[in-house]
Amino acid sequence: MKLLEFDQLSVAFDTEAGTVRAVQDVSFDVAAGEVLGVVGESGCGKSVSALALMGLLPRPAARIAGSAIRFGGRSLLDLPADELRQLRGNEIAMIFQEPMSALNPVLSIGEQLCEPLIAHRRLTPRAAWAQAEALIARVGIARPAEIARAFPHQLSGGMLQRVMIAMAISCAPRLLIADEPTTALDVTIQAQILELLRELRREQQMAMLLITHDLGVIAELADRVAVMYAGRVVEQGPVRELFRNPRHPYTRGLLASRPVPGRRLARLAAIPGQVPDPLSLPPGCAFAARCPERRTDCEQRRPALRRLDADHRVACFAAEGVSA
Amino acid sequence: MRQFILRRLLMMVPTLLGASAVIFFLFALTPGDFVDGNYMLTEARSRELKALYGLDQPVLQRYLTWLGQLLHGDLGFSLQYQIPVTQLLDQYLWHSFLLSLTVLLLYWGLSLAIGISSALRPYSWYDRLVTLAVFAAMSFPVFFLCLLLIKWFAVDLQWLPVGGMQSTGSEATGLARIGEIALHMVLPVLALVMLQSGSLTRYVRASMLEALRLDCVRTARAKGLKERTVILRHALRNALLPLITLLGLELPGLFSGAIITEKLFNWPGVGHIHVDSLAARDYPVLMGFTLFLAVLTIVGNLLADILYAAVDPRVRLR
Repeated sequence: MKLLEFDQLSVAFDTEAGTVRAVQDVSFDVAAGEVLGVVGESGCGKSVSALALMGLLPRPAARIAGSAIRFGGRSLLDLPADELRQLRGNEIAMIFQEPMSALNPVLSIGEQLCEPLIAHRRLTPRAAWAQAEALIARVGIARPAEIARAFPHQLSGGMLQRVMIAMAISCAPRLLIADEPTTALDVTIQAQILELLRELRREQQMAMLLITHDLGVIAELADRVAVMYAGRVVEQGPVRELFRNPRHPYTRGLLASRPVPGRRLARLAAIPGQVPDPLSLPPGCAFAARCPERRTDCEQRRPALRRLDADHRVACFAAEGVSA
Repeated sequence: MRQFILRRLLMMVPTLLGASAVIFFLFALTPGDFVDGNYMLTEARSRELKALYGLDQPVLQRYLTWLGQLLHGDLGFSLQYQIPVTQLLDQYLWHSFLLSLTVLLLYWGLSLAIGISSALRPYSWYDRLVTLAVFAAMSFPVFFLCLLLIKWFAVDLQWLPVGGMQSTGSEATGLARIGEIALHMVLPVLALVMLQSGSLTRYVRASMLEALRLDCVRTARAKGLKERTVILRHALRNALLPLITLLGLELPGLFSGAIITEKLFNWPGVGHIHVDSLAARDYPVLMGFTLFLAVLTIVGNLLADILYAAVDPRVRLR
């Protein structure tokens, strides 16, 4: 049984310039204790998918159409607001890209850590505070009592992200959504945060939805990967298989454009061209215009996400042709 | 903190010295004075009066004399009322203060309630209606609004008194007196609240809209907090910070009186004597009063800074 299932999720935003189809027919699932990496460029719909799951998209600007998100067998999109709220921060927790702005500048770290404990675990303020200090210690911050009384502006970015993680795991969630958890941090701090996430995951048997544009982070942490492009999943599979045998030209492009230590090139490889305008997506494959393996009908017809082997799926005519 | 307050108080000295110079020379160099304005006086009598009030001395000398008096807490002597300025202000100031404080409490409360509630439903019918009403209310000319209120509620309906602070010849005491004053306050308070809440409502709405878009408000929602908690504890606290400066600037307003409104409702406040003193060129009253407001402005700013430090942990007073 899957813990989380996205079933043909589509999200559109009505803007003054027109309708932006941010996410289209996105399907993927996460088993209990599994880490699914969602990778793609900025604006490909990764974060919007996560916010849809949390029920945090701005309404009525965002329209969610003809789809379902199931968590532990319950359909989240039909859930009354109050029941969804009781899941948030409790069974599903989320950490964000910018720890500096994600914490409230006028409340102390301890007060902010106590909030979910009091809301979901019904702890007394005193017990919650003790628990908050324990959580601060748990994410590897020294002098927890002192830090609990500190305010966000007094801590570094890495410490704040640790605090965010402490807050997210405070109610032992079954699923942690990490939206670019290391993007805003220094490289050395990034490694520490990834190590912490890996440790917590092992310890708490927590599933994770890891959203990033950084394939290095995926390689470190994820079990399976979904690659998104222009609002759709273009390739999906186990992380080893996907890194070893990428089938979609976009995935190959992403992997090729990674800098590899020790190998010095005159230029880093890049995918030529631009991401299509989300206001006017082409009728066919959105990647066709940049694709080195483009075929004649790629711009007219859109390839569906098809299974190649056991758990590897790809949405590309060229890849299908090869396997067929 | 104590050091900060002490230094700021010390910094008030040069500021006030500058303010006193500007105030004095502005009034002293304005052509004409209290004596010149009275055309009934003979040449000899007006020379005598000028010598008596020290108006025949050089301007600089007069400034230093005035400054010397100020150091002793003496704001001078009112030429028109023939009592010390401090005594005169003391008589009228509190009437204005009563009116202004009531208005301040009401219009801040109203503006916060309306501003926040319309920020929670931006561009809804409620928000549009509020915006329209607020702009309509603040666009009324003061005198027109006051006269309209008097015409409707005091003359046509006869529900409320036309003006003044107590009924003519009233000898009510205790609770009856308080009730009578309250009744006289209704119309001027209504007029002032209508005129003032407009801009503050817009300010609160903008500040709240901005706060609701903060990342930390999204985090609060992601934590599964109740919407009420998200708004009051996370969004509102951040939205109120920029309003503190405005609150500090209200301090002189509490004592300055509302010139037109007080005049129209015949409220015996300091705004009233302000106009009368201008007409009579009673400069000691005007100078003393203006300087008093300058002090309050500076103190108001200081209070705002201290309040800021108290509610925003990022602000450190040095």
